[in-house]
Amino acid sequence: MPDAQTAEREITYAEAVREALSQAMEADERVFLLGEDIGVYGGAFGVTGDLYHRFGPERVIDTPISELGIAGTAVGAAITGMRPVLEFQFSDFIMLAMEQIVNQAAKIRFMFGGKATVPMVVRMPGGSGTGAAAQHSQSLEAWFAHVPGLKVVQPATPYDAKGLLLAAIDDPNPVLFFEHKLLYKTKGIVPAAPYRVPLGSAVVRRLGSAAPVVATSIMVTRTLAAADALAGEGIDVEVIDLRSLRPIDKPTLIESVQKTGRLLVVYEGVQTLGIGAEISAIIAESEAFDFLDAPIRRLGGRDTPLPYNPILEKAAVPQTDDITAILRALVAGG
Amino acid sequence: MPKNSASEPRQNQRPALALLSDEDLRLCLRKMYLIRKFEEAAEASYVRGLIHGTMHLSIGQEASGVGAVTPLRPTDYILSTHRGHGHCIAKGADPKLMFAEFFGKDTGYCRGRGGSMHIADVAGGNLGANGIVGGGLPIAVGVGLSSKMRRSGDVCVVFFGDGAANEGAFHEALNLASIWRLPIVFVCENNQYGMSMPVARAMAVPNVADRAAAYGMPGVIVDGNDLLAVFEAAHEATERARRGEGPTLLECKTYRLRGHSKSDRNLYRTKEEIEEWRRRDPIVRFREELTSLGCLTPDASNAIEAEAAREIDAAVEFARNSPQPDPAQLEQNVYA
Ligand SMILES: Cc1ncc(C[n+]2csc(CCOP(=O)(O)OP(=O)(O)O)c2C)c(N)n1
Ligand SMILES: [Mg+2]
Repeated sequence: MPDAQTAEREITYAEAVREALSQAMEADERVFLLGEDIGVYGGAFGVTGDLYHRFGPERVIDTPISELGIAGTAVGAAITGMRPVLEFQFSDFIMLAMEQIVNQAAKIRFMFGGKATVPMVVRMPGGSGTGAAAQHSQSLEAWFAHVPGLKVVQPATPYDAKGLLLAAIDDPNPVLFFEHKLLYKTKGIVPAAPYRVPLGSAVVRRLGSAAPVVATSIMVTRTLAAADALAGEGIDVEVIDLRSLRPIDKPTLIESVQKTGRLLVVYEGVQTLGIGAEISAIIAESEAFDFLDAPIRRLGGRDTPLPYNPILEKAAVPQTDDITAILRALVAGG
Repeated sequence: MPKNSASEPRQNQRPALALLSDEDLRLCLRKMYLIRKFEEAAEASYVRGLIHGTMHLSIGQEASGVGAVTPLRPTDYILSTHRGHGHCIAKGADPKLMFAEFFGKDTGYCRGRGGSMHIADVAGGNLGANGIVGGGLPIAVGVGLSSKMRRSGDVCVVFFGDGAANEGAFHEALNLASIWRLPIVFVCENNQYGMSMPVARAMAVPNVADRAAAYGMPGVIVDGNDLLAVFEAAHEATERARRGEGPTLLECKTYRLRGHSKSDRNLYRTKEEIEEWRRRDPIVRFREELTSLGCLTPDASNAIEAEAAREIDAAVEFARNSPQPDPAQLEQNVYA
């Protein structure tokens, strides 16, 4: 029988998140969970599952539907020595708590001259693809990556979901942890023992000699599928999973562009004024600019609220075929 | 005004006096004078162009701040508002470091990064003024929850204005604090206006404390210009919180004698109204009451006032002579 601690099992992304929560709570009694229906119900997407039965109602706190109130609760608990992990049922609902996240959590340390810390994590699922329509499908991560004082991460795999969450809980700053609804049931190899994936580090998911693609969250999965399809045509693209939007791993991006001379950025959030613009600017301002053989391309969400109809919904955000097509053109041109 | 009678114990005249020694009473008066002198000096510094930005003065509201904080232990917490100099001094902050913050200096409580609207003395239990109306209310819930989870026995007093009581944050915070029976005292300083908006036009009930019923907690109204009345009610609420019986909503009826901020031209209220409240100046009242109770001679009161003025003068000097922050350190402390 394999040793339980070193065992590598296939578990789902949701299970990986739950395991991180559970291990963080076991290791540190200051860690507790707050959220709507995270107790007996197990969370709107079942992520907290049985944690309520394992850790009890004082550490897995079911709250009323008061997003602003519970965000402030996390801030107050964090500045007085606790390590709250807050769940919003959908990332869209964080907008009801903007005040506490952006005006308070992000700024308290700076405003107070470094004399307080706000070690809190906000977990929430974003993304489209479930037919939940305009108010339950957004990808808002770039909004928060614009705010100094916040950290923003987006795990794309079960392995990263666990490792990034444990790192986020350890971190002395407010971290926004964007999960993706469509990834919850995806499986991957996850070590049983606790481990950390550092915040602020991108990872090369696929080494290649042609245009690197920087992708986030579920777009990593779709880009890898596109890369596989293109491999059959002799196009060997490199795929980078950004993982953290803030801090952002500039060296990994710059190095990859220097190697391949091209760049495509794929993300689900609205393309206009989004992550793609920032990454393009990072490259344009860097030593990698001289290595570019073709204009940088972005492929993000369309300029529309997310629609309900499944055909329209698919059309509103990048799909594997869209990525394949744009990559083919990018490699052929320039 | 209670009569002084040598034959009668003084607590029969004012129950608060059973809990406060002469020393405590002198300290309360001293803090009220410190607040008044601090704000007068702040105003003067602004007029002389020594301070930029804006400021919200609590002149006329000193009794609610000092009265509500006096029952607290050093480890208890407060959360304050944009009109927070009084709360800060009441909790024991050093006026030197406050003035330095006001002047934006590196020696200030927040190293010049916060200014008047964000003064915090985290080590002293003041978790900060707030630039957002109602911003401290949800945070107080977390402070109370943390205190309860850590079994520290600490209480959190959170100040807010009548205007803040119309923010959604107020309603969410009171409900959460009540269902979780948290050790919090919600202190509303009802100074009759949120900027220019009078309470009667902003609320469908006459008193902020009336809303306590909706959240299943006691709602108590006191004369906010009567230090002993505020103290008494705050003491009871604090004890109740410490016993684990949950939060209280305490409404202090008071008045700000100065404008809302530097830009106020007082177009929404009359001179007569301001004059009428000036006659209820909480510092004058407290001082006269102590004199009539025989706790303090007029000479002793004068000495307290003069000493407060000297301390503030020294604080201004300290602030003026302190170094500016170094722009090279601008991005420090964005992250821990
Ligand atoms: C969320 C928010 N809205 C508006 C303002 C602008 N503002 C600052 S103080 C104030 C009035 C607040 O009234 P109240 O809560 O009664 O406190 P007071 O100023 O009377 O002490 C307003 C409107 C703000 N700072 N924050
Ligand atoms: Mg007011």
